[in-house]
Amino acid sequence: MKQFRSFVKKEFYHILRDRRTMFILLGMPIVQIIIFGFALTNEVKNSRIAIFDNSKDAATTAIIQELEASRYFDIKKNIYSYQDVETAFKGGDVKLAIVFPQRFDHDLKHFNKAQVQLVADASDPNVANTLTNYATAIIRDYQDRILDNRQLPYTIHTEMRMLYNPQLKGAYSMVPGVMAMVLMLVCTMMTAITIVKEKELGTMEIMLVSPMQPIKIIIAKAVPYLALSIVNIASILLLSVFVLEVPVNGSLVLLIFESILFTLTCLAFGLLISSATSSQQTAMFISLTGMFLPTVMLSGFMFPIENMPLPLQILSRVVPATWYYSIVKSVMIKGTGLEAVWKETLVLAGMMVFLLALSIKKFKIRLA
Amino acid sequence: MQNEKVIIADKLTKRFGDFAAVDEISFEVNRGEIFGFLGANGAGKTTAMRMLCGLSIPTSGTAKVAGFDVYKQTEKIKKNIGYMSQKFSLYEDLTVKENIRFYAGIYGMRDAEIREKTEHALKHLHLEGEADKLVGSLPLGWKQKLAFSVAIFHEPDIVFLDEPTGGVDPVTRREFWKMIYQAAATGITVFVTTHYMDEAEYCNRVSIMVDGRIDALGTPGELKRQFNASTMDEVFVKLARKARRTDA
Repeated sequence: MKQFRSFVKKEFYHILRDRRTMFILLGMPIVQIIIFGFALTNEVKNSRIAIFDNSKDAATTAIIQELEASRYFDIKKNIYSYQDVETAFKGGDVKLAIVFPQRFDHDLKHFNKAQVQLVADASDPNVANTLTNYATAIIRDYQDRILDNRQLPYTIHTEMRMLYNPQLKGAYSMVPGVMAMVLMLVCTMMTAITIVKEKELGTMEIMLVSPMQPIKIIIAKAVPYLALSIVNIASILLLSVFVLEVPVNGSLVLLIFESILFTLTCLAFGLLISSATSSQQTAMFISLTGMFLPTVMLSGFMFPIENMPLPLQILSRVVPATWYYSIVKSVMIKGTGLEAVWKETLVLAGMMVFLLALSIKKFKIRLA
Repeated sequence: MQNEKVIIADKLTKRFGDFAAVDEISFEVNRGEIFGFLGANGAGKTTAMRMLCGLSIPTSGTAKVAGFDVYKQTEKIKKNIGYMSQKFSLYEDLTVKENIRFYAGIYGMRDAEIREKTEHALKHLHLEGEADKLVGSLPLGWKQKLAFSVAIFHEPDIVFLDEPTGGVDPVTRREFWKMIYQAAATGITVFVTTHYMDEAEYCNRVSIMVDGRIDALGTPGELKRQFNASTMDEVFVKLARKARRTDA
């Protein structure tokens, strides 16, 4: 126990003395939450659109007013010819043009049918999709309102409810993703680097000659990073609740328990990397490609797993972050309990035990 | 006391596949002796030393270190030896005191004992004023002497020094050897590898490894007579020339 205490104390000295690294480790989650929460958002707000109104009647005016009133659109300019539509897009700031043909209101009232054209800049397909959907919805709204005055024989009215995230805020999926990313970075990369550093310095050799058992060395190395991760979990949760207004709907205790489980999995992976490499650069490179990229790309945080080709879907199942991300989404956003995430929890625990056993075994083999 | 054997190796062998890194070496080291363990690069010194330190299990042969078996009692061996490697082995971002406390801590020493002995060791090294300075700010020679003090801080039976004076100036090297003599006088056995042949002359007895075997063993005087040489340097060159194994 005395050995263990001395070792952990030493590890904390390392972390506390290296101010720059500590600042990065503690500051990174804050910066990432802010970047992902505010800047990198899929939401469309105040998109600039152009209106080409050939009709200028009561109906088009009403629709344009509604478009303007919505927070999604900002009418940048009115244009007066088809050439100008093209020019507006090439200028780059207009993302959507709405073209009303001549006699729009007249057609609507006399033939019961009028057309409106939505022209979107699809160089960014996601944004184009979202914008046309929003615009269509607004126009349909207007249509519904005038329909109230008439009777149609058959209508299907779709009513949508967005559960768990009624405002469709991007932060709801970003927060769990950032948690996975930050814990992964701090635990996997830092653990790998700190052990490999001792190998480079030659101090690991001294440690192995000492009576301290390898398993104790490994645990003592991991403890400070576990502590750091808990601080990071706390700061991410505080920021998400109070700044991004993403609530913790489920049990906080469960969320923290799952986070610690994921942290341990990452630590085990870091240990494995450290026993397989002998330079800090290699360790960092392997952590980044082996853990960071899959976490970002395959965990479902950036791209939905359902849309991936089958081999990638299978691969995504091997990434611990996939399971953690799904757990955090369920517990934090949907407010479910352990009964809903026990499967994911078991998978994560299994991965942790497997990685830890493997890394301890590798650590010992190196000794023989 | 002089004849108490603290290291007994008998036909100690380590093979990696077909390659015998250490090939049936046998020797004994007495308590309080300064034993020079010489050999060209790749001769098998490091592998032999790793087996004696309990870091590596031998392929065959037997050895006892501080009375403990290198196969089954490695944990007990580790408790009773000290080790200092050619790579500088203190933490530069820890202070002198913290380094001492850390190493004493992993050897399981009690706080009161550590405190008392730290003061003593610092006084001995004339480092009282530097106790709270980061080790990184000390000159290399001081670091090396501090590393040695740390290696014998827990009063081991044997201290293994793996090329301890690499890159150190001649004056500091001499001071370093003074410390080695002082430690040996207190009954600590010193097992040292070196590439400096003048240092070999300082040892009580010297063994020279060539291609995984011990080709010569004796006091520097005996070896010089045996190989008809005037310096240890000549003895070493005569033996090393026979070597078939090189680093490459």
